[in-house]
Amino acid sequence: MAITGAEIIVDALVREGVQVVFGYPGGCVLDIFDRINHVPGLRFVLVRHEQGAGHMADGYARATGRPGVALVTSGPGATNLVTALATAYMDSVPIVALTGQVPTAAIGSDAFQEADIVGITRPCTKHNFLVKDVADLARTIKEAFYIATSGRPGPVVIDLPKDVQKAKLENYVYPEQVRIRSYHPVIHPDAGQIRRAAEAIARASRPLLYVGGGAVECQSQLVALSERCDIPCTTTLLGMGIFPGDHANSVHMLGMHGTQYANYAMHHTDLIIAVGTRFDDRVTGKLEEFAPRREHIIHIDVDPASISKCIPVSIPIVGDCRQVLDRLLPLVEPKKHHEWIEQVRRWKADYPLRYPDDDKLRPQHVIRELYRATGGEAIVATEVGQHQMWAAHFWQYVRPRTFLSSGGLGTMGYGFPAALGAQVAFPDRLVLDIAGDGSIQMNIQELATAVTEKLPVKICIINNRYLGMVRQWQQLFYKENYSGTFLGTPDGRAAGASLYIPDFVKLAEAYGAAGIRVARKADVAPAIKEAIANGRTTILEVMVEEKENVWPMIPAGAGVEQMISGLA
Amino acid sequence: MANKKNNKINSAATNGSKYDAVIDTNERAVAIHEHLVTCLVENHPGVLARISGMFSSRGYNIESLAVGTTHDPSISRITIACRGDDRIIEQILKQLSKLIDVIRVVDVSQSSHVERELMLVKVAATGAARSEIMQICDIFRARIVDVHHDCLVIEVSGTTSKNEALMELFERFGILEMTRTGRIALNRGPEILSVAEE
Repeated sequence: MAITGAEIIVDALVREGVQVVFGYPGGCVLDIFDRINHVPGLRFVLVRHEQGAGHMADGYARATGRPGVALVTSGPGATNLVTALATAYMDSVPIVALTGQVPTAAIGSDAFQEADIVGITRPCTKHNFLVKDVADLARTIKEAFYIATSGRPGPVVIDLPKDVQKAKLENYVYPEQVRIRSYHPVIHPDAGQIRRAAEAIARASRPLLYVGGGAVECQSQLVALSERCDIPCTTTLLGMGIFPGDHANSVHMLGMHGTQYANYAMHHTDLIIAVGTRFDDRVTGKLEEFAPRREHIIHIDVDPASISKCIPVSIPIVGDCRQVLDRLLPLVEPKKHHEWIEQVRRWKADYPLRYPDDDKLRPQHVIRELYRATGGEAIVATEVGQHQMWAAHFWQYVRPRTFLSSGGLGTMGYGFPAALGAQVAFPDRLVLDIAGDGSIQMNIQELATAVTEKLPVKICIINNRYLGMVRQWQQLFYKENYSGTFLGTPDGRAAGASLYIPDFVKLAEAYGAAGIRVARKADVAPAIKEAIANGRTTILEVMVEEKENVWPMIPAGAGVEQMISGLA
Repeated sequence: MANKKNNKINSAATNGSKYDAVIDTNERAVAIHEHLVTCLVENHPGVLARISGMFSSRGYNIESLAVGTTHDPSISRITIACRGDDRIIEQILKQLSKLIDVIRVVDVSQSSHVERELMLVKVAATGAARSEIMQICDIFRARIVDVHHDCLVIEVSGTTSKNEALMELFERFGILEMTRTGRIALNRGPEILSVAEE
């Protein structure tokens, strides 16, 4: 029996175990839309902007570990997806994006809503495909899911010309297996290198675990290694929750806005054990001054290109992080580092993250209250900026996949749709988007999606009337010239005000969501309680101090010794 | 270059990867050298764009480029001449390997190899100069492939340095136009670059 390309696409999604597709229709995907609402068990979430679809698929993927799927039309539909693809690519998130394309005969003719999306997304996807023959469709989709989810995960685009969706194929069979001769992501770690790593751990006197998003499936192994050998553990922004933040050996986040104690530990360690991380510039700062006392670096990563890219590594181990740790652990003898672990705990006690506890409504306090109210039992998404750093500082993440944030690309507008994606995956869990008044406006239209789909995400807008992180840099490095960062005065909501900031409460109500505004410290906790209890999509707008800064801070391109601790 | 011979110390870094040349990162040379990198790739549309895009987006320069299908029509062979210190070359090899359509990558300049580029030169040639040019062509095993009253077109193949030496000699006659291909290379001896998995 003959079956159309569109039917193959929908059948393939079901066979790949896809339960939800985030998307937006258009002329070149009409055939797929004509099929997709007929499939039981496949939920379609209509977004209000294609970027939202991409970030929702991303949030869904980060929260579940399963690939997120987005479906958009050709031309502007596809180009609107690009930021989301670049975000997922930088943070190694598995996404399969289906984009419509003009009919094959029209490709290259500057047809209506034509864009060379394969060309445009080449540098921001793990791989992409243009399917020109319906006979290649099933195999291509199979390969796309395989590539997106194996090795170092990443987004994959499949561009689908309209005539391919319409074309009929006899004898359709969905392939059972996939084999790509030029792609071998399953790498067996080298036993000799693992032995060298174990020897280095045995010799080290001040070892430090440094964990990133690639170690997301390694929590128990990391805790075991840390406890067996008294090894403190720091994580990157994307590593938050992978090593439990409440563990005595956790020194939390390192880097530009990392804790003082994490950065001191990195500064003094003689052995870095890097797992699933890539020595990003926001982590290392000035490369020449990074971890100057290190004797060795053990770097475990699935991507050989991440190894020795920024920092020369003496013990590289290419392979799946969990598999490597599983093989490493039996070779590691228990060892105590009393002096080192004591030193690290002393730093931790002496230089805690803190903020003035006064009458002012400070943004850090809002995060603390959210944490208290939820007991940490929530999935937290963030936008990008100061609030993102405070969400990293004043919340203790104890489980992987509970902190969703755009680390590599730093995409403002990521958090809200990502939170919606996570809420779709986990309808019964509490999902928060910690946002700034700048970032939230970048994908605010998804309030319509949230309300329509009954996704009770809580958006906490930390409103300081500034693009706070940029303002902080202007304050510190540009002589307080607040060019382009001021969004409005507190009374900017008055008619005729020169800088008008939206009334987020009214905005929420306009979309059919709940809106709550808080301007006094004492009102924060009750408002949070109310927001959590109402069962609805809710904006909680908190009018915080205007010019609070994120501390500590190591200026860009500087070393630990130039760290500004901020508070006297 | 001296430490390059011991470059298998960290072989685990690429265990299962698409290329063999691994540099011990503790002994990396910072001197910049020219390398000839050869890839076997799927003969698909867009593969060249992926490769050239990787070079431009990461700020690496391509000195010369040669592309052609092989005796297996599903496979193309791409040879790229590029310059860089050991760290850059290592990244180029790794980033090439990472591209899904790239099957194998090797730095052929790290072992004994034969390399050639083809050049066509149109030289002004009148009067006595003609015989002198023909003598030079003889010495360089270059061929005259077109003759006109005022000029000759000369074909020569060889290493870049040989071809450049020839150009230098032609300069005083007047080079009217010239074109050259990218460099291609094969390893000497029985060693072959094949798609077969290890």
